[in-house]
Amino acid sequence: MTAGAPLLEIEHVSKYFGNVIALNDVSTTVEDGQVTCVLGDNGAGKSTFIKILSGVHRRDEGEIRMAGERVDFASPREAKEAGIATVFQDLATVPLMSIWRNFFLGSEPTRGVGPLRRIDVDDAKRTMREEMRRMGIDVRDPDQPVGTLSGGERQAVAIARAIHFGARVLILDEPTSALGVKQSGIVLRYIVQARERGVGVIFISHNPHHAYPVGDRFVILNRGKLQGSWKRGEISRDELVQMMAGGAELDELTHELEQELQKSQ
Amino acid sequence: MTNPATTATPPTPPPTSVVDERMARVSLLTKLLRRPELGALLAAAAIGLFFAVTTDEFGTLDGAANWTDVASTLGIPAVAVALLMIGGEFDLSAGVMTGTAGLFMGILATEVGMDMWPAILLTLVAAAAVGFINGYMVVRTKLPSFIVTLATFFVLQGVNLGVTKSITGTVRVDGLADVNGYDSAFNLLGGSFSSYDYRVSVLWWVGITILATWVLARTRAGNWIFGVGGDAVAARNIGVPVSRVKIALFMTTAVCAALAGIMVALRLASVQASQGVGDEFNYIIAAVVGGCLLTGGFGSAVGAALGALIIGMAFIGIQFSGWNTDWRYLFLGVILLIAVLVNNFVRRSAEGARK
Repeated sequence: MTAGAPLLEIEHVSKYFGNVIALNDVSTTVEDGQVTCVLGDNGAGKSTFIKILSGVHRRDEGEIRMAGERVDFASPREAKEAGIATVFQDLATVPLMSIWRNFFLGSEPTRGVGPLRRIDVDDAKRTMREEMRRMGIDVRDPDQPVGTLSGGERQAVAIARAIHFGARVLILDEPTSALGVKQSGIVLRYIVQARERGVGVIFISHNPHHAYPVGDRFVILNRGKLQGSWKRGEISRDELVQMMAGGAELDELTHELEQELQKSQ
Repeated sequence: MTNPATTATPPTPPPTSVVDERMARVSLLTKLLRRPELGALLAAAAIGLFFAVTTDEFGTLDGAANWTDVASTLGIPAVAVALLMIGGEFDLSAGVMTGTAGLFMGILATEVGMDMWPAILLTLVAAAAVGFINGYMVVRTKLPSFIVTLATFFVLQGVNLGVTKSITGTVRVDGLADVNGYDSAFNLLGGSFSSYDYRVSVLWWVGITILATWVLARTRAGNWIFGVGGDAVAARNIGVPVSRVKIALFMTTAVCAALAGIMVALRLASVQASQGVGDEFNYIIAAVVGGCLLTGGFGSAVGAALGALIIGMAFIGIQFSGWNTDWRYLFLGVILLIAVLVNNFVRRSAEGARK
């Protein structure tokens, strides 16, 4: 481990699918306790980007370093073991299972040995409540099925679980895209909670209004390329929206529309 | 923030607790409704009461020995089928498996000349192998287990008839009672106890139900079964070995069905080649009546045991009432329909009620 090196450095990463360039020379960094927002329209390469980081795809070019050390994940499991947790939008929790069962699914705490080895239910419920409380949620009933929670709270369960099991980098794939305004606000608050606990967050979104209030660094992808990368304070909300919308392209469109209007008058 | 239901946990007040007003207080009723077996329990009580009042024998200890007997031989495979259904899969070959197991054991004992116990052991191993093949095919091909095990059903049915005929020249295997070790096997698996002749299979049934309940509620495997059935993709994403869980469930189902088949064979000291055909539906009905969802992820072992009890009580109750036993199928159909409707309602209130 190199002292002072950023948590995650992504340098000149490219990915090809056949002759399609899905990701072309993308670089950015993720620091402890900071939120890096990855923005872009559909097809910009956002999902290719997170799939490379979470070990689903392997990069074709470039380098990824974690705390200064070069890493190369062959599977999602390896990425997870290295401390990179990905929360996928709809595929994170099992709706019919209770909150505490969801929280520990696949990593249940046990006590006893041999055939008497059993889940330590009290410990599981207590730990889950504590972790959720640190996210600012008071779970009154650990046995409540996750399906009865709101969309934002379900994301919270997945986020709290990832942090509890030692995630240093948390990748959130469009956590707000299916949610209403209020629920999105709740999820953004959980992102801030995660940041304050020292986790490096990668927040994937196509909504600059959601990214701007929580982001420490903004990365815009456009057609597989890095369109720009700014630190907080280097770019205003309006500029971010403008960049997202394609900047020059939008100006051109406005210009064309005005001309059309003049002609018709 | 205090709540009478949760004061057991240490009250360490959170620094920035956001009270969520939408989280409802848990009433006893909510807790009860969350139990999958509630409906089956009420139905069992109602049906038991009905026949106890309308017939003379049903409510007696002698009568109970009759209906618990039917319930136990159905219930042992039904509990395993319930676990499999919670895990999101089906097994249509479980019924005919009871026949296959009885025949296999009978042929090993009477034709090959093995002692009873080694024959029983080998039969259970063979059943586990069939279960493994079922599970492996489902996991590898990703085909619906409905169609894969339907194929197994026909294969086993064909083997039962074909092999039995070619070896014994008839459609049955006889003479188990003369095999070395039959008596001890009969006492442990086929016999009865107490002066009212309760079948020993009832004890096995209760034991297996308790074991399955414990596995579901308190072991990691149980948590994985719920996860795999509830959402296999989510379960895989967070590290549950989905394929292993499913294959193990198919193996458990086959072994439990074989155990029931062995018990019936020992009890009668002979096996029919057609034994068990059609029972797979009774197992599935018992599991569904007991609260298992057809889509997986929800259900209970106690529920399936109660479902088997309902079927047992209905079969014997109809007999005691002197009605034509053909009515039992009408009864099964009606009770299944009611159970599916109730389950559907319960699931909708448990899953995605709010977005």
